[in-house]
Amino acid sequence: MDQPQALEQAQTPGKVWRSLLRRPASPGDGLFRVTTLLAALSLLGLLLAMVVYLFGAAWPAIAHFGMGFLMRSTWDPVREVFGALPAIYGTLVTSALAMLVAVPVSLGTAIFLAELAPGWLRAPASFLVEMLAAIPSVVLGLWGIFVMAPVLQPVERWLAESLGFVPFFRGPVFGGVGFLAGGLILSVMALPIITAVARDAILTVPASQREAMLALGATRWEAIRHAVLPYTRSGLVAASILGLGRALGETMAVTMVIGNGYRLTARLFAPGNTMASKIATQFNEASGLETNALVELALVLFAVALIVNVVGRLLVRWTVARVAGGGH
Amino acid sequence: MIASARTHARRKATNYIMIALCGLATLAAVGVLLLVVGYTLLQGIAYLNLGFVTQTARPLGEPGGGMRHEIVGTIVLVGLASALGIPVGLLAGTYLSEFGGRVGSVVRLVADVLTGIPSVVVGIFVYVVLVRPMGTFSALSGAVALAIIMLPVVARTTEEMMKLVPQTYREAALALGIPRWRVIVSVVVPGAMVGIVTGSMLALARIAGETAPLIFTALGNRFGFAGLDEPIAALPLQIWRYAVSPYDTWHQQAWAAAFLLVMLVLVISVLVRWLTAWRRG
Repeated sequence: MDQPQALEQAQTPGKVWRSLLRRPASPGDGLFRVTTLLAALSLLGLLLAMVVYLFGAAWPAIAHFGMGFLMRSTWDPVREVFGALPAIYGTLVTSALAMLVAVPVSLGTAIFLAELAPGWLRAPASFLVEMLAAIPSVVLGLWGIFVMAPVLQPVERWLAESLGFVPFFRGPVFGGVGFLAGGLILSVMALPIITAVARDAILTVPASQREAMLALGATRWEAIRHAVLPYTRSGLVAASILGLGRALGETMAVTMVIGNGYRLTARLFAPGNTMASKIATQFNEASGLETNALVELALVLFAVALIVNVVGRLLVRWTVARVAGGGH
Repeated sequence: MIASARTHARRKATNYIMIALCGLATLAAVGVLLLVVGYTLLQGIAYLNLGFVTQTARPLGEPGGGMRHEIVGTIVLVGLASALGIPVGLLAGTYLSEFGGRVGSVVRLVADVLTGIPSVVVGIFVYVVLVRPMGTFSALSGAVALAIIMLPVVARTTEEMMKLVPQTYREAALALGIPRWRVIVSVVVPGAMVGIVTGSMLALARIAGETAPLIFTALGNRFGFAGLDEPIAALPLQIWRYAVSPYDTWHQQAWAAAFLLVMLVLVISVLVRWLTAWRRG
């Protein structure tokens, strides 16, 4: 046996195993394979079923309102006129605010955890950041109502008084709840996933990248800035996209602090709604066409989350494949 | 010479400033966690007592009372969801790890994407496929919604954990003439067991606090568990309803309930960490 072939086999032992599994030797093998395959396909079936059933249940509203549903800004159950624009706008504004806060903080944290923190600190600090993802959304909302909003209120009032000429900061202030509060709570929810994915992306960068830069006399930050981060830029983008996916669909915490308004306004201190919060607060009171309209809203949210997550995940895969294929 | 000294000083300053900023970002991230958890635990401890666990809700104005129904409801929902979600997730994860191939590659992406589907959308989906045909909100539909959220998480962790089992174990077992499915069940699964258990526990912790999907499925119920085809109470639902109410006593109950949820999450997370360390050690 010549050397290269042995090496190749050593690198892909799974292939032997899989080719053996593909040729079942006992009746149990076939049964086992089919059972697990069905379980795996159930995930695919679930996704397809979501598309079909949500579309089916939303159809009366889609047929009735057409594209106008996405453009109109009234939600009037009495006249049965429903438009999703303020909710879509609310989702975009709160998610944008969340990304504005969460991306820099998360990337800083990821860089710190992967590159800068002393060894003994890495595991505990990573653990604490991951814990943040485990805090139930409703508990964060509770905290948002009773701790964050009262703190935010005087800040918002001060901003409204001193910077009120900027449309974003115009008053009145509603007890600290509104778009800004929603965006801030969302930033907390997006933070752990961005940090985790970005940290893993940074950790895939080969040590030689850093060492070469440091050997040239670069400072630590210069090595990170010019040799590490560019190497894994797609990973950092993927991390942010997955964080965005989280922010877009988060429901409870936002619902509790966004204040339930339904207007198109640039004022960040005004109460609003996101797609998710509109569904959460309205669905059980709805009947008839309004239910269909809310399902259509869920369908829109589903489609957006699907696209964002597929793009994010494929980018993660691409990053990992590129690093692995880099010949290290 | 002077210019280069100045450049050097500037580069060093930038270095320190950026390192400090990264440290501050970490401090902020960890700080938020400590603020939320700390405040919840302090508030919760103040309002938590034995009666909170053993008693049911009292009418407004009467002091005391508790969330026995909600606690029982959450246990029923999470238990049933685990019974539905974990076995299917385990089998799916086994396929992804052991058979893989092109189907596996697609399913893997689907699982990752399903993890990112907003839970509120899952709730609406279950409303459409279960609640509406059944004509009633029910514990069953609530559990199905939670199981759907759990399923992709369990599948992916199972896959990752089974992949960690060395290939040589499989080959050694095969060489003994054991059927392939028995190799997986008796060698690969036990080897990955600790990881699978910890992954399932994390998924369980996640669904225990889920609220949004339960609004349209389990609905909530003030009169205790009445069967799987009846609406059922749940801790997170009650936290939400109490939090947005105007009554101080209800706010206190919400904090006590939040305490229980946060403790559950904390205990599971620490336990998982300990188990993982124990396996590595």
